[in-house]
Amino acid sequence: MNSWRPSASIKVLQERASLLSEIRHFFAHRDVLEVETPVVSSSANPDAAINPMLSGFCSPGSHRSQALYLQTSPEFPMKRLLAAGSGSIFQICHAFRNGECGRLHNPEFTLLEWYRIDYDHLQLMDEVDALLMQLLHDSSSAAARHRYADLFLTHTGLDLFTAEYVQLCEKAEAVGVVIPESVQTEWLIEVLFELCVGPWLQQQKGVIVYDYPAAQASLSQLSALDPRVAERFEYFFEGVELANGFHELADADEQRRRFEAENLKRQRAGDEQLPLDEHFLQALEHGLPDCSGVALGVDRLLMLRCGVDQIQEVLAFPFERT
Amino acid sequence: MATYNTNEFRSGLKFMLDNDPYSIIENEFVKPGKGQAFSRVKIRNLKTGRVIEKTFKSGESVEAADVLETTLQYLYTDGEFWHFMDPQSFEQYAAGEAAIADAIKWIKEQDDCNVTLWNGNPLIVEAPNFVTLRITDTDPGLKGDTSGGGGKPATLETGAVIRVPLFVQIDEVVKVDTRSGEYVSRA
Repeated sequence: MNSWRPSASIKVLQERASLLSEIRHFFAHRDVLEVETPVVSSSANPDAAINPMLSGFCSPGSHRSQALYLQTSPEFPMKRLLAAGSGSIFQICHAFRNGECGRLHNPEFTLLEWYRIDYDHLQLMDEVDALLMQLLHDSSSAAARHRYADLFLTHTGLDLFTAEYVQLCEKAEAVGVVIPESVQTEWLIEVLFELCVGPWLQQQKGVIVYDYPAAQASLSQLSALDPRVAERFEYFFEGVELANGFHELADADEQRRRFEAENLKRQRAGDEQLPLDEHFLQALEHGLPDCSGVALGVDRLLMLRCGVDQIQEVLAFPFERT
Repeated sequence: MATYNTNEFRSGLKFMLDNDPYSIIENEFVKPGKGQAFSRVKIRNLKTGRVIEKTFKSGESVEAADVLETTLQYLYTDGEFWHFMDPQSFEQYAAGEAAIADAIKWIKEQDDCNVTLWNGNPLIVEAPNFVTLRITDTDPGLKGDTSGGGGKPATLETGAVIRVPLFVQIDEVVKVDTRSGEYVSRA
């Protein structure tokens, strides 16, 4: 068996090293501070669509292990730094997501995450585009920008905000979705976006999709102009989801409500509820400066740079060989 | 009744959809960073052979298809059904024309065939990859031609017509690849 060997070629690993150094150079040039935060935490992001991996710690002399979660992203500790006055920061770290494995997913992966003080999501979109134009050599032109609802209408024929539940079900069935017994509008919209807009995105170079529906706000602010949408964007390159950015939610009470709603979704789905990050919520109460932040998948970026199809081809040792 | 969760999806898995048995050809895990996961599968309808694409919500269950692949011996046809026997249990099975469609022109009595059974009924009968069959009719051709260039049509004992080299004659037994329908050699 050759499973002791790396699944990436040495040439790809060299390309990874230069990619990381180009990223650090980009931020050093813009006075964004590189930080490191803990990978393990006694709390976790309750987002019902993301599942953490468990670890544990025994204090000296003790045999009782305290449950720890591997981070699904470095978002909460980084926001604690922002609230403590760090100024704009970036981090390159490993994140872990349970149950995610496939052509574009390895359960352990490399994230680039950064936060810009006094930026809204539109200004951060400009910076993401500037970074990716540098890093993706064949992308010399700026990404096209489209509102989520506009793409949805063009490619499904349905209005995101007024379409009836049955219309969404009919359209989903028409594109081959096996409709589950009880299904939420939110899921139908997500799956229709993937199946109807996805193939178009695959034919494009860089595309930024913004103004996500409020139901998919995650940790972003709702738009002051149109509360049906959230100040959230994603960057796709040839259909690959590369980056997800927010004009960050700074309201501690609203944040706690969203966390609790996610934990309730977990409970209904029969999953374990997760302990909330009280340090993070305290930091929000103290005051998060107005900022926008974005997370970018470094392994996928490397895939696009090397023109390979499988995430395993850019990892020294993918999950199956750990 | 057995079920499969979408996280058990892999190629070759057989399940029921809209009352038909399907086999998974390809399964792709799709998961937006901030959204819910789903499985996109390419599946083959085992009754019609048609390949379609479907998308399932992650965590959903499907009913397992009671599908079994086995080797049965072909006995005879009564014109309406083709009868097979399990060489171990001697149990007999009758296949209809739809199930036997592709195999019909290659098999003769006592051949062993791969048969896909669904709820105990033959769904697909596959001829062995190679069969040896007697030629019942072909042009005599030119004596002494051993090049085989060009070839000529020949009718086999099952009624199938294939192309054979010029030197092959009536009553000779030849080996045929049933997947391509091509002559391989004299047997």
